[in-house]
Amino acid sequence: MTPESFAFIAGVVKSRSGLVLTSDKGYMLETRLGPLLKRDGLASLDALALKLRDPRSSALADAVTEALTTNESSFFRDGKPFDHLRQALPVLARARAPGSLLRIWSAACSTGQEAYSIAMLVQELNLEGRRVEIIGTDIADSVVARAREGYFTQFEVQRGMPARLLVKHFRQESGRWRVSPELRAMARFERGTLLGDLRGFGRFDVIFCRNVLIYFDAPTKTRVLNALAAQLLPDGVLYLGGAETVLGLTDRLAPLAGERGAYGRPREAALAG
Amino acid sequence: MTGESPATCLVVDDSRTVRKAARRILEKLGFTVAEAGDGAEALTACRSSMPQVVLLDWNMPVMDGLEFLRAARAEFGPDHPIVVLCTTEAAMEKIVEALGAGAQEYVMKPFDEGILRDKFVQVGLLRDEAA
Ligand SMILES: [Mg+2]
Repeated sequence: MTPESFAFIAGVVKSRSGLVLTSDKGYMLETRLGPLLKRDGLASLDALALKLRDPRSSALADAVTEALTTNESSFFRDGKPFDHLRQALPVLARARAPGSLLRIWSAACSTGQEAYSIAMLVQELNLEGRRVEIIGTDIADSVVARAREGYFTQFEVQRGMPARLLVKHFRQESGRWRVSPELRAMARFERGTLLGDLRGFGRFDVIFCRNVLIYFDAPTKTRVLNALAAQLLPDGVLYLGGAETVLGLTDRLAPLAGERGAYGRPREAALAG
Repeated sequence: MTGESPATCLVVDDSRTVRKAARRILEKLGFTVAEAGDGAEALTACRSSMPQVVLLDWNMPVMDGLEFLRAARAEFGPDHPIVVLCTTEAAMEKIVEALGAGAQEYVMKPFDEGILRDKFVQVGLLRDEAA
């Protein structure tokens, strides 16, 4: 692949997803885009880059972006945020009026493991009559559709999930495992990009946005963090991935004392509302 | 590993190939591994030296995995050894049966390193690695 082809494909992917492909990612392009080349009868990544230059190739550009941004996912991935949420959610619930709705956002939800993990956790908490709505968004259509259906392979349900929760919350359907109707009713999935206007998603008590920022350059990280902060309620919690931080990127979010990966709006901002 | 000295895992399976595959992964994860070919051998092994955890096949000659599990729970109590089933039996009612008989975790074959690591995290023998 020529450097020009790489730069063009990287440009297409960045404008659609914010994902920054550094020049050492040539191998990743070959492995992730191989099936797409075969599907469209393209001989090489150079041929793909040429075809992407055609303005009528927006469906192909979507497919390329999807293939490069889909992550391997597991249930309860990196247990710490879930341990924290188990403590934080009852506190947030008590701060809300009885009967109110707590909103939790799984931004970059992929195939839904994170959203359904949150739903399983919520089912084990006593929120004293407060209800919970979970919203999962992802830029890739195909994964959003999968998340909504709630089917997982035998391999997927064994990643990160205790057997006790598998038998409690899943049903077996011809070799696959499907999330129970009760959990599916708690979660809603839609296509959405973190680079667009986030105000339409509404305000949230809790936002999970893990292992997404690592793919963005610093100005994009700042823009996304500020937009997330604006959607977070003053006492809400934002969870980032283990390798991600707000430090040096924004002052509208600050690490919660003694917690790794959990962030909130600084107190001044909270008082100002 | 969470402890200072390596935990011992007894791998019980009538297939030598499966035992070897499990041993390779478990040793990489830091466990000391012993092997048994059926439930009766496994019981004998537990009596002479109690492992922290047993990775347990279901279908085996002489004494199958569930018979071993029930015998071990009757003889050694509910907590020791920790038992992780590892079997081709993948029906919901089999998992429920094994958990009801006192297994701590359940792996449906085929397994790989990711699955075994996750299951040993869940039973508290490995630390969760940050993503
Ligand atoms: Mg067998």
